[in-house]
Amino acid sequence: MSTATTELDHDDHHHGAPSGIKRWLYTTNHKDIGTLYLWFAFIMFLVGGAMAMVIRAELFQPGLQIVDPNFFNQMTTVHGLIMVFGAVMPAFTGLANWLVPMMIGAPDMALPRMNNWSFWILPGAFTILLASLFMEGGGPAFGWTFYAPLSTTYSNDTTALFVFSVHIMGISSIMGAINVIVTIFNMRAPGMTWMKMPLFVWTWLITAFLLIAVMPVLAGAVTMVLTDKYFGTSFFDAAGGGDPVMFQHIFWFFGHPEVYIMILPAFGIISAIIPTFSRKKLFGYASMVYATTSIALLSFIVWAHHMFTTGMPVEAELFFMFATMLISVPTGVKVFNWVATMWRGSMTFEVPMLFALAFIVLFTIGGLSGLMLAIVPVDFQYHDTYFVVAHFHYVLVTGAIFSIMAAVYYWLPKWTGKMFDVTLAKWHFWCSLISVNVLFFPMHFVGLAGMPRRIPDYALQFADFNKWISLGGFAFGLSQLIFLALLIKACRKQGEPVSAQVWDGAEGLEWEIPSPAPYHTFDTPPVVK
Amino acid sequence: MAQTEQAEQDYEKYYVPDQSPWPIVGAVALFLIAFGAGNFVVEQTKAQSGYGGWILTAGFATLLVMLIGWFKNQIDESMSGLYSAQLGRSYRQGMAWFIFSEVMFFAAFFGALFYARVIAIPWLDGAGNNEMTGAVLWPDFEAMWPLLSTPGGVQTTAMPWTGLPLYNTIILMVSSVTCHMAHVALEKNERTKLKVWLGITILLGCFFLYMQVVEYIHAYNDMGLTLQSGIYGNTFFLLTGFHGMHVTLGTIILIVLFLRVLKGHFTPDNHFAFQAGSWYWHFVDVVWVMLFFFVYIL
Repeated sequence: MSTATTELDHDDHHHGAPSGIKRWLYTTNHKDIGTLYLWFAFIMFLVGGAMAMVIRAELFQPGLQIVDPNFFNQMTTVHGLIMVFGAVMPAFTGLANWLVPMMIGAPDMALPRMNNWSFWILPGAFTILLASLFMEGGGPAFGWTFYAPLSTTYSNDTTALFVFSVHIMGISSIMGAINVIVTIFNMRAPGMTWMKMPLFVWTWLITAFLLIAVMPVLAGAVTMVLTDKYFGTSFFDAAGGGDPVMFQHIFWFFGHPEVYIMILPAFGIISAIIPTFSRKKLFGYASMVYATTSIALLSFIVWAHHMFTTGMPVEAELFFMFATMLISVPTGVKVFNWVATMWRGSMTFEVPMLFALAFIVLFTIGGLSGLMLAIVPVDFQYHDTYFVVAHFHYVLVTGAIFSIMAAVYYWLPKWTGKMFDVTLAKWHFWCSLISVNVLFFPMHFVGLAGMPRRIPDYALQFADFNKWISLGGFAFGLSQLIFLALLIKACRKQGEPVSAQVWDGAEGLEWEIPSPAPYHTFDTPPVVK
Repeated sequence: MAQTEQAEQDYEKYYVPDQSPWPIVGAVALFLIAFGAGNFVVEQTKAQSGYGGWILTAGFATLLVMLIGWFKNQIDESMSGLYSAQLGRSYRQGMAWFIFSEVMFFAAFFGALFYARVIAIPWLDGAGNNEMTGAVLWPDFEAMWPLLSTPGGVQTTAMPWTGLPLYNTIILMVSSVTCHMAHVALEKNERTKLKVWLGITILLGCFFLYMQVVEYIHAYNDMGLTLQSGIYGNTFFLLTGFHGMHVTLGTIILIVLFLRVLKGHFTPDNHFAFQAGSWYWHFVDVVWVMLFFFVYIL
């Protein structure tokens, strides 16, 4: 890799990793940037998780005991914002950085310097968001969905900091997505045709499209909140001819594709892991691609199912209900394909496979409760209860987060060259699996019984379930410390060396390069047959 | 994965850019801008003194340094022939997707405009099943567009599409043509024509911006049409304002391109920067046509 670089001195860069802090600050290497994204996401996961612990401690018993309601609201809000924008999305972007170039036979991302910029915006954005918690008036307390007028007329003074922090998070996401999409379009190795691409690459391609399409809409929404609150506009104020319901339309036009942004890469991960440990080719590859595409396109016409109770003509309610239920068809295709892949396979149950199997079962539970919520008259009952909280935590924690953990366990030996501590990993899996269900499953029951979300106190009849939910929550939180210990050990390169293929049955370009993956891979394009 | 002789002949080597300090400078700049702007807005509305404005200024200064440094670096590398054709394709695709993201940003505000006109305002006047909203909350309110009298009672006047906005439309449409002529001249390697057409485009852009300022002053001073004039003024100023910001950025891009043309940069088959700048200019023109149609005429 020195033929094209005669004019400038690139030699050091192309052989190994530079040393010192500059390696991380100036890096243009997709593997370094992937590592940065993944560690950032994990730290944010712990910070957001700590906030969830505050929430669960307050809800351990009925009555107000630990925090005041305004601070409780800040915790629910910032917990949501951090988990969505700080943990799940950067973790997937980190995985894309590490894996997409290796999977398509590219030497790096298409725009490596912009890649660095995308990452380093994030710590600043979250510093601002977290700093606002300590400022006069406190941080954002209007829920992560920042519905007007909660975020305009009734919000804390520091709302402007929230707005600008979301702005730069959005810039980061859009640049990251442009990078992924251009990499996939333009950097594939010869022979890597569209229908030969691994599904993780496919799902990320579609995710990147969704990001570029909807993050700017979020920027528009926060801008209107800013001008409504500080500059006297009335987009979301009926007295000026606007409408608070319009906020919800704009927000959920972003918000629903955002939900799929947080789950499509998970589908790609599971579609990589299940075949490996079933020792069979993925069942129905092409149908997976079409299903992913349909889910993404449908995601643009279902947004108002979040707003069934806020006031819409009945025709609109019916349209959004049926469109939403239609999504279960391609999703069902995916679940069917995963199960069919395992059918009569020579299955083994290594840690990535355990997480992937848990994903399929638990994500499906979340999907089915989503189907219940899609039914308009039923949603009138469930709206804003803990049933909704249970639903989206099943799809996001046991869905998105479990898939990220599965991915980390699956590719970690490729990244470090050493097998992780399997005993710790199994402890992590079983503790997480049991505690996460103790945490989220009873939420269905309290939700159906009418316990409202985002309230620091509750009626006495919910006390027993909430005690168990909180205990499950603390256990799930502590279980993640096992993961932290395992990751620290892995980064110190402890463990048995692994082969290039790592898992017998693993297929794809990334398993044909040595473990650990060299700092620069595929300087000359490989030929895919 | 084995690589064959064939592959090495058919495919040029990948170009991986060197490490660069500019992205992190850019990240610091965006942090200062966001943190400064947030504090500045809060301080302004609460009439407090604080450092928000200074942090914001420092952020923009850092961003300016970053842009100059990064682009200088980029131009030097490009002029020394370092970039492969593949990288050129990546840049073009990246620019196209960036413009798509800008389209979606404007779509949010156009969406607000359509929602207000088609749904929110008729509902306030009792349309659909909202009869009681109209009767109880604001019985005197009458649905109309432009909304000259809000339910809350703010009065304003509508900006006509004839006169200045029409001239501005013609100016921008003509500038799109001149920009295209400049591009054609560049591809035919007619440098004098290139300079003339590009120069005219820049002048038209500046003239458009000047006219927009005149229009805003007229709206505020003579028409009582302000940012606070209800949903009509809100959508009017945010849409035209964000468009104006984009025209400003586009004009600056064209000026940089003009300076580079004077220095002899760009060849008929290697001029990504010019192409990107020209795409951006056509994009702001198309947005204006949409604006003229939906904000001014209809």
